[in-house]
Amino acid sequence: MARITLENIAHSYRPKPNGLDDYALKPLNHLWEHGGAYALLGPSGCGKTTLLNVISGLVTPSQGRVLFDGNDVTLLPTEKRNIAQVFQFPVIYDTMTVYENLAFPLKNRGVARHEIDRRVREVARMLDLEASLARKAHGLTADAKQKISVGRGLVRVDVNAILFDEPLTVIDPHLKWQLRSQLKQLHHDLDITMVYVTHDQTEALTFADKVIVMFQGEVVQVGVPQELFEHPRHTFVGYFIGSPGMNVVPCTVEDGHAIVAGHRVAVKAAAARTPLQGKLEIGIRPEFIALSGNGAGLPVRIRRVSDLGRYKIADVELRDVPLKVMVSERAVIDGDQARIVFDPLHLHLYADGHIVEEPGFEGAPS
Amino acid sequence: MNLKPVNNKAWWMVLPVVVLVAFSAVIPLMTVVNYSVQDTFGNNVFSWVGTDWYRDLLRSERFHDALGRQFLFSAIVLLIEVPLGIALAVAMPRRGWGVAVCMVTFALPLLIPWNVVGTIWQVFGRVDIGLLGHTLRNFGIDYNYTQDPLAAWFTVIIMDVWHWTSLVVLLCYAGLQAIPEQFYAAARIDGASRWAVFRYIQLPRMRRVLLIAILLRFMDSFMIYTEPFVVTGGGPGNSTTFLSIDLVKQAVGSFDIGPAAAMSIVYFLIILLLSWVFYTVMTSTRERS
Amino acid sequence: MNSVTQSAAVAEQPRTAAHASMLRPSAIMLALYIFLLMLPIYWLINMSLKSNDEILSGFSLWPHAPTLANYKVILTDASWYSGYINTSIYVVLNTVISVAVAIPAAYAFSRYRFLGDRHLFFWLLTNRMAPPAVFVLPFFQLYSSIGLFDTHIAVALAHCLFNVPLAVWILEGFMSGVPREIDETAAIDGHSWPRFFFRIFLPNVASGIGVTAFFCFMFSWVELLIARTLTAVDAKPISATMTRTVSASGLDWGVLAAAGVLTIIPGIIVIWFVRNYIAKGFALGRV
Repeated sequence: MARITLENIAHSYRPKPNGLDDYALKPLNHLWEHGGAYALLGPSGCGKTTLLNVISGLVTPSQGRVLFDGNDVTLLPTEKRNIAQVFQFPVIYDTMTVYENLAFPLKNRGVARHEIDRRVREVARMLDLEASLARKAHGLTADAKQKISVGRGLVRVDVNAILFDEPLTVIDPHLKWQLRSQLKQLHHDLDITMVYVTHDQTEALTFADKVIVMFQGEVVQVGVPQELFEHPRHTFVGYFIGSPGMNVVPCTVEDGHAIVAGHRVAVKAAAARTPLQGKLEIGIRPEFIALSGNGAGLPVRIRRVSDLGRYKIADVELRDVPLKVMVSERAVIDGDQARIVFDPLHLHLYADGHIVEEPGFEGAPS
Repeated sequence: MNLKPVNNKAWWMVLPVVVLVAFSAVIPLMTVVNYSVQDTFGNNVFSWVGTDWYRDLLRSERFHDALGRQFLFSAIVLLIEVPLGIALAVAMPRRGWGVAVCMVTFALPLLIPWNVVGTIWQVFGRVDIGLLGHTLRNFGIDYNYTQDPLAAWFTVIIMDVWHWTSLVVLLCYAGLQAIPEQFYAAARIDGASRWAVFRYIQLPRMRRVLLIAILLRFMDSFMIYTEPFVVTGGGPGNSTTFLSIDLVKQAVGSFDIGPAAAMSIVYFLIILLLSWVFYTVMTSTRERS
Repeated sequence: MNSVTQSAAVAEQPRTAAHASMLRPSAIMLALYIFLLMLPIYWLINMSLKSNDEILSGFSLWPHAPTLANYKVILTDASWYSGYINTSIYVVLNTVISVAVAIPAAYAFSRYRFLGDRHLFFWLLTNRMAPPAVFVLPFFQLYSSIGLFDTHIAVALAHCLFNVPLAVWILEGFMSGVPREIDETAAIDGHSWPRFFFRIFLPNVASGIGVTAFFCFMFSWVELLIARTLTAVDAKPISATMTRTVSASGLDWGVLAAAGVLTIIPGIIVIWFVRNYIAKGFALGRV
């Protein structure tokens, strides 16, 4: 058990990096609480696997320190860190039985035979592998093999954290949810830190207590799923989370108001005293735009309505700016003219992708 | 994996290959079979003798000796080259500049014309002008491959190991490269020793390549002609006269076409049979994935 | 944003993962083996730079009076250099023919099932198992009877015996790796089959073709027995020339060594060009 601290960690795969662009992992600080379930969420190439490997020790960071319970382990090799890692595809020892696979890490560490037996059987029970203990690992299904991979991490009593690198990639879709629930259950039963890397927001949001969203080597936001949804601190978070993602449209700011497609829109953040620089954008989720046939609001033209069962998505145009609006399934939409109203609580202003906080708002801890 | 469509017009595409190989293989083989069941007293007069040549061959001590020598030779070189090749492949770096260096140097012996390989070792083993011969003599060893059968065998074997181990190495290396890095990472995390990594990860995953390597080496060593011929000519006496050398002696040296033809057929059948046995044994011990 | 500072301690530490330190036992073993591998070749080069007299007069680890005279002999004497030319001709001929006929056949094997396909494929492979010694006499008779004795094309055709099956085997492996969706998409897009094959399919297996050509080149270049049997003067390969260099004054080791070195050079050039593909090639697309 450990709390894991990343202090000023950055990594470049180039031996002599010039400038920030050469860094796969831009400088960051993070504290992983003992026993927490974290998800590292982001698209391919955003640096999440690199970050995972920095924690496990498979990659030594170009700068910074890694601390386990306050001890500097930056230079400690992987096998001494008491970490377990599960990869994208099952990594098992084909020629051994399931039992021998699970016993392997303990055997290598010189644990007594009866103790090995106890641990192996306990873990097999936890993972539903008891029936297959005597079978050769070779012939099992992909999800069983992944469970063996997880199991090899769990047998070690001293394991500090389990790191998952997109572990459901090769699992059949209809078995994914099952394995996911088992992992969640495991986390609930055992008191181990778990870090789960994925590019699938559903996986991240259901598995983790806290989600770390990464983009282009940077940690753009850390928070519970609710926070990420309602208060995205980066346009990428808004776009990546939620289906469909947040609407992001360019705007300008004048006199404390935002001008979107020629219309004045009240945004608290726009009243910031410091002049705003960079590319300015407004972000609002389709869920927080109210559509009505007439009445108050900005005039829009409806281009298309998609019926998705429990709700509908209307593709509208404000002047020529496209927006998606979520409409309840019962709503009746006539013709192609309508009006929309933005929920001011969930209308955010972004400069160069980063959120501009309203005056008086204390920056949320990351 | 969707099933391939049936299309008998595909025969047109394989026709050139069939014609070419039939020309190169079937026609000559038919001639050989033809000769193997006939006798001639010259002037293109042939008479049928049935399986006479075959019976003579299978009883012939000369054939048994050559066959015995051939088996011994193939067994020895396989026993040296395969483990050595595996060890070298495992020792090769997985990335970096060392890879190219190793590849190029290992591939070099494979691209030398076989007679030149023979020439190289013919010289190398000589006591007067060769590094190996000279050095051995300086150590007090009485080494003379033209007169001493043991020295001749030693030379021929070490030449083959020098020549062909690279093939095993490169094949095994290719198989090793296919192992994803994560397996090594997981092994480290599990605290596995170097030997355990070899035994549980590398060796099992090299099975397919090893099969190809062993089969190829068996076949080629069983058919060997040029290299030993250049070095020892089959001698001293008959001590390094392997099957191909013996066959060519008979077919070209004397005018016994019949016996030579019968020997050819039996020779080919032995290789086919043993290759099939090797293949079956090795694939049946392999688990299906 | 924190400034990017290099922590000296972190930068200097040994890297983990697969970088073996230079003194690991495996590195020593490799270095030793490579040394032993190169030793005979060095010896050949060593001899090629000495005159025959120097060779026979005493033993030395390197040439005391290095000379290029032996190479000069070979490069100026037609009976020598014609050997290289002849070998090159039939090797190139064989490579072109083998690859050319193997491509359609490999395509058929990889894409279609047809009557007797498995047996045909297996029969092809058995030809690789045929001892060349078996074919010495029949080849001699066959090619003489059709008037092709002592021609380059004869050797090129004869080498097809083992090169064509190999080529089909390798190419089929590579072609099977190209998803059939590509064929289907091209058909849907309206490409005629020849256009699809030459403009779309073949470029996809370009590395496979390269590997195949490499192996055909290699096995044809090194072969002696059949090449010598089928030639006499006009198409005499260098390997035959070398095995008959006993003149009145005895064997000229220097010239022989130089001839040997010159036969290795095409090999070196070829390896250098395909060095990145060698591993892929030995995987034969199917490992």
